[in-house]
Amino acid sequence: MFKPGLSKSSGAPFHHGILIRTMAKDIGLLSFGAYIPRARLQRKVIADANAWFAPALKGLARGERAMANWDEDAVTMAVEAARDCLGGIERASVGALTLASTTHPFDDRQNAAIVATALNLNPALRSMDVGGSLRAATSALGAAFDAAVGGTMTLLAAGEHRLAKAASTQEMQYGDGAAALLVGRGQPVARLLAAHTETVDFVHQFRGRDRAHDYAWEERWIRDEGYMKIVPAAVAAALKAAGVEPGAVDHFCMPCTLARVTPALAKRMGIADTAVRDNLAAVCGDTGAAHPLVMLAAALEDAKPGQRILVAAFGEGCDALLFEVTDAIKGLAARRGVKGSLARRKEETQYQRFLAFNDHINLERGMRAETDKGTPLTVLYRNRDMIEGLVGGRCQKCGTFQYPRARYCVNPECNALDSQDPQPFSDLSGKVMTYTADVLTYCPDPPAYYGMIQFDQGGRMMADFADIDGGKLEVGLPMRMMFRIKEVDPSRGFVRYFWKAAPA
Amino acid sequence: MATGIKDKVVILGMGCSKFGEHWDKNAEHLMVDAFEEAVKDAGIQRNQIEAAWFGTAIEEQHVGKSGVPLDMTLRLPYIPVTRVENYCATGTEAFRGAVYAVASGAVDIALALGVEKLKDTGYGGLPQRGRGALQSMTWANISAPGSFAQLAAAYRAKHHVNKEDLKRAMAHISVKSHDNGAKNPKAHLRNRITEETVLNAPMIAEPLGLYDCCGVSDGSAAAIVTTPDIARGLGKKDLVGVKALQLAVSNGQEVQFDQWDGSYFATTRAAAARAYKEAGIGDPRKQVSMFEVHDCFSVTELVTMEDLGISAEGRAINDVLDGFYDAGGKVPCQIDGGLKCFGHPIGASGLRMLYEMYLQLTGRAGERQRSSPVFGMTHNLGGFPSQNVSSVTIVGAYGA
Repeated sequence: MFKPGLSKSSGAPFHHGILIRTMAKDIGLLSFGAYIPRARLQRKVIADANAWFAPALKGLARGERAMANWDEDAVTMAVEAARDCLGGIERASVGALTLASTTHPFDDRQNAAIVATALNLNPALRSMDVGGSLRAATSALGAAFDAAVGGTMTLLAAGEHRLAKAASTQEMQYGDGAAALLVGRGQPVARLLAAHTETVDFVHQFRGRDRAHDYAWEERWIRDEGYMKIVPAAVAAALKAAGVEPGAVDHFCMPCTLARVTPALAKRMGIADTAVRDNLAAVCGDTGAAHPLVMLAAALEDAKPGQRILVAAFGEGCDALLFEVTDAIKGLAARRGVKGSLARRKEETQYQRFLAFNDHINLERGMRAETDKGTPLTVLYRNRDMIEGLVGGRCQKCGTFQYPRARYCVNPECNALDSQDPQPFSDLSGKVMTYTADVLTYCPDPPAYYGMIQFDQGGRMMADFADIDGGKLEVGLPMRMMFRIKEVDPSRGFVRYFWKAAPA
Repeated sequence: MATGIKDKVVILGMGCSKFGEHWDKNAEHLMVDAFEEAVKDAGIQRNQIEAAWFGTAIEEQHVGKSGVPLDMTLRLPYIPVTRVENYCATGTEAFRGAVYAVASGAVDIALALGVEKLKDTGYGGLPQRGRGALQSMTWANISAPGSFAQLAAAYRAKHHVNKEDLKRAMAHISVKSHDNGAKNPKAHLRNRITEETVLNAPMIAEPLGLYDCCGVSDGSAAAIVTTPDIARGLGKKDLVGVKALQLAVSNGQEVQFDQWDGSYFATTRAAAARAYKEAGIGDPRKQVSMFEVHDCFSVTELVTMEDLGISAEGRAINDVLDGFYDAGGKVPCQIDGGLKCFGHPIGASGLRMLYEMYLQLTGRAGERQRSSPVFGMTHNLGGFPSQNVSSVTIVGAYGA
């Protein structure tokens, strides 16, 4: 008679460890990147605003949580993390793209395809969205290693923008963010020693179809029956498969919003207390499905060659992945990463703004907000590289960079016909040439900042600006382009993306 | 070899409705006001008009498309009517069509009529409008004041002007126009304002405050044009001749190529140079008696006076603050109150500017009358500094 239960570490019917023992040395994590949105909502303002109704929130009112701007979602943040990850890497080498999230903006329209277009990846690409669980990204990471053995290089990006009801503990604990990993053959900065997954339908929280918010059960039960039982089973199996003692783990990455659970687990499993990594609760919050990768990226930023990183992701079971950092970590190019993202910070003390960005209050947005935001899909498709990829042109005759690409070259001394090669502008640096702060035009976060960006290599465009502090704009300010939401079409549920300029 | 338009066509009559918030009138009502005045002024029968050009820009807010609304309103006998739209130069574009028709010899008498009814949106400012299927996906979230406000940032950077000096010159421009508009019974806004009011007004698009922006109103204006011979035959004396009609349209260089610095209108410079040549004007600062330029925003007027070659580059601030462009100054600008006080019913504005020039040149401008003006110049600027339509028209004493 079949009796449900957790697998014993000695008798797992299948785990990735079997495969990994034969994995070539040149397969592993080739690069990583991260993105945490700039605004950090102070938890104290959440607690203060809701104290009349939920005074207990005061107990959680420490630190800050990352808050997506009105024009950011799981897709835009994943794109930024992926750009961070791909810096300097030939994009044509990416053969597969997976986008992990529980908050994909589209149910039907592959979200990964938007990311692929924004990154100007080769269309000969195996792409997919994975979701449905807080371990979506770690499960996809295991699959990426399977693909790597088969010769495919996978870009795995995870982004999360979860909504939470006002005055909920989730509102306090969640944060928005993204991370990305490149998995394949090359000079890995970390190799996978073993991976093991336990799949257990333990429902600590859920979000049904068409529901905006998570519904969670009692924390004490989640701790005792969930984390404390399911995680050790998965971790023990992975460690055993790798032949690594728990005490040899240098970095233990496990997202968990429950207090003191991770250290208690580490102790139970024999992992050193010093190996337990900060879950970034104080400075970022829990970024859901992205958080295991965010924590892994943060660990890679600190890790030294030879160190072992254990990642455990809990949710309807547990994924456990054990990595060993290689010498190549020392040669990895500088990147923004988690540290850089956290340093790019703006304190947010307006709880009302957070509510408005997440559509939790019925703001009077004015008649100017009523214009039809419909997107003709034919036009979007025909111009997808121009719009989603920010691809302009470079004239073969005179070398002029120009956006958009047009049939005649814009250089009045040239005006050559059909002379332009595609030229991506997204990674070009630029400077502010003109600007304004506009309170007349409708903008979800007024004033609307925009102006002319002059790219340093040539070419210019009139662009919306993002992440601007009032009074800091000036002609000549260095800017970089960021992938953002251009329009949300509330009557049809469509989201249109484009690029905006943000301070470099 | 083209010989230009100079003195081939004269203005036979003009009309202009009262501009303002006409809550009780449709566009058609305002069109009749302008048309009746123009026909009476011309001294002709309505059925002598052989062709018409109809200017309206945001037609979806009022009359709808095509030339039909003009003829349904004016009941002219199955004449050709062409509807034109060219951003804020729409009214001038209608005039250009009518003048060219007469100059070509195709017709003897032609009508240009512009109208716009903007106050049926339910909110202040210009109506929201589409930018085309593709452009709406990539264009920044630009309002009209926000697009022109950017001139200020670039102008300050180029000429090393501090914020306060520029704001003060911009304020003077608006104060001056309100002084003039107060004397004009057809203007929408007829109140005088102070520099302090301008400087303390709420910000619309940095650095443009409320009083740096022109009004939004309903209005209509019309011109009837013919040949000098026909005008004389109708007993007209002191003819007002068309001296130059120029238009320049952006081709992407400003917004996509790396030369333009954001502080001026490349189109206006091109159109003005051609217009002075066409009119035979060698020294516009001395020869042009008065200007009606497109003061949609105070900063637009400021840089335009440089683009028209009246103030030296970087020196318009000094001319403005010296009172050079005041009603009592050397070369008055916006002597009727400008867009600032008339508001900007887009299809009508270019013709409304010409109406003031025509009144001045025929000595009928009442308490705004300048002594013996010779040349009057109008200018329209539509779109954005980086991508626009600029029209320049010069009219003057026939034969001058």
